[in-house]
Parts: sequence; C-alpha cells; structure tokens
Amino acid sequence: MISTKRRVFLKGTLAAGTVGVAVGAGLLAPSKLLAAWPSEAFGAEGLEAAFEAVTGSSDIADGDVTLSAPEIAENGAVVPVSVESSLDNVTEMAVFVELNNQPLTAHYVLADGAHANISGRIRMGESSNVIAAVKSGDTWYKTVQEVKVTVGGCGG
Amino acid sequence: MSIRVRAQESNGVINIRALMSHDMLVPDDDGGPHFIETVEIARNGDTAITANWNYTVSRNPFLQCEIDGAAGDTVTVSWTDNKGESDSTDVEVR
Repeated sequence: MISTKRRVFLKGTLAAGTVGVAVGAGLLAPSKLLAAWPSEAFGAEGLEAAFEAVTGSSDIADGDVTLSAPEIAENGAVVPVSVESSLDNVTEMAVFVELNNQPLTAHYVLADGAHANISGRIRMGESSNVIAAVKSGDTWYKTVQEVKVTVGGCGG
Repeated sequence: MSIRVRAQESNGVINIRALMSHDMLVPDDDGGPHFIETVEIARNGDTAITANWNYTVSRNPFLQCEIDGAAGDTVTVSWTDNKGESDSTDVEVR
C-alpha cells in the first residue's frame, strides 16, 4: 500500500512538472484535462478529491444531465452506463463511482460536432452512487444515481 | 488485439459503436494494472472525441457515441494503453 501511494505520488509529480513546463511555454490552453491522460485526476482517492481534480471544485451543482444505469447490477464487473445532456456547448463529460478506490472512471473531451451522448461499461467494487457530470460552457453539472451491486467487479 | 467498429449515419448524425479487445487488468491482477488509457474517435482524420479511462472500465471495453457527419465519411477508432501498446481501425460510415 505504501509503495503504491509512493508510485502514484511520483507519477503525479512528474506529470505536473511536464504540464507546468508546457503551459509556461504557451503550448497548452490552461484547461486542466485537455492534454495527456490526467494521472492526477484518475489517482485521486475520495469523491471530493476526484471532483476537485477534474473540475477545480470539490462540489458540482445538480443539472440537466441524464444518467442511465441499472438500479441493481448483478455483476459489478460489467455495469452499463449512459450519459446524455441537452445542455449547449458541452466540451467535457465524466463518470465517477463514489466508493471505488479511484472514483474517476472515465473522462471525455468533446470537439465540435461531438454530441453529449456517450455509453460504456464500467466496474464497480460494491454498491455505490454513480455520478455523471458534464461541462457546459465554463460550468460543470451533475446527476447522481445509486447502483446496487450483487457481486463486486474489481477483483480481490 | 482487435477493434470492431460500426458507424451508421442517420439525419446527419453518425452513431458509432466500438468494441475493443483488451483485458483491462486491474492492479490486483497478475501483470496489472494494464489498461487502455486513451481512446480517440476521429472523423476524416479530425479528432471528435477523446476518451480517458481508468482501469475501472470493464474488460473488452465498449464505447458508443455520436458525432456529426455523413455516410461515406471515414471513422477511425484508436486506443493506447498504459504500457504503450496500441491499436487502430478505420471504417466507412454507412
């Protein structure tokens, strides 16, 4: 456990250094997650830390986001999740599982012409709230649904 | 490794379904963590959607999404995992 955290910390430090240099050189827009795979956000433990790493704030307002997921998932290894929003100008979307060790499960960057309508399959270690969030303009909005898991899907 | 992609246009919107063959090993697995970090969906060479994933995406990942476009366009689905392996597939939109 200690060694794992140390590895995450080292990776985070290295990534932050690289991004910092790139921003300083004017190579990157100052948006948090549009560049490479965001290791800091995926490594965040606890929902508030994950929200903070993705959106810059530890809380997200409820809003016009539709999350489709089963109320009861018999197999936590394969939980179908769809996220959709009719909000304008959606540029990012994210899926969090509150009680997974690392809540941030998926993060999507949408260019012009991409619709705010994405589906996938995720793993859940235990029954938990699932949070779908979208960034419309400069603001993030979320919706929360509880999914009860009969058999956990994160191994161990 | 393989990616199976279906891309169908209706009313100016391309519906894309991609099924990627990957074990998506979690940290507790032998050889893990080993998982797809990034998936790119491109239309005629321009990136439309970039997906960043954690190891908590299910094995043999499925992704469905929608982008503007027309029949005859080329949709490219490509992924890169945390060990530097990658795969890519082009399909013509029907």
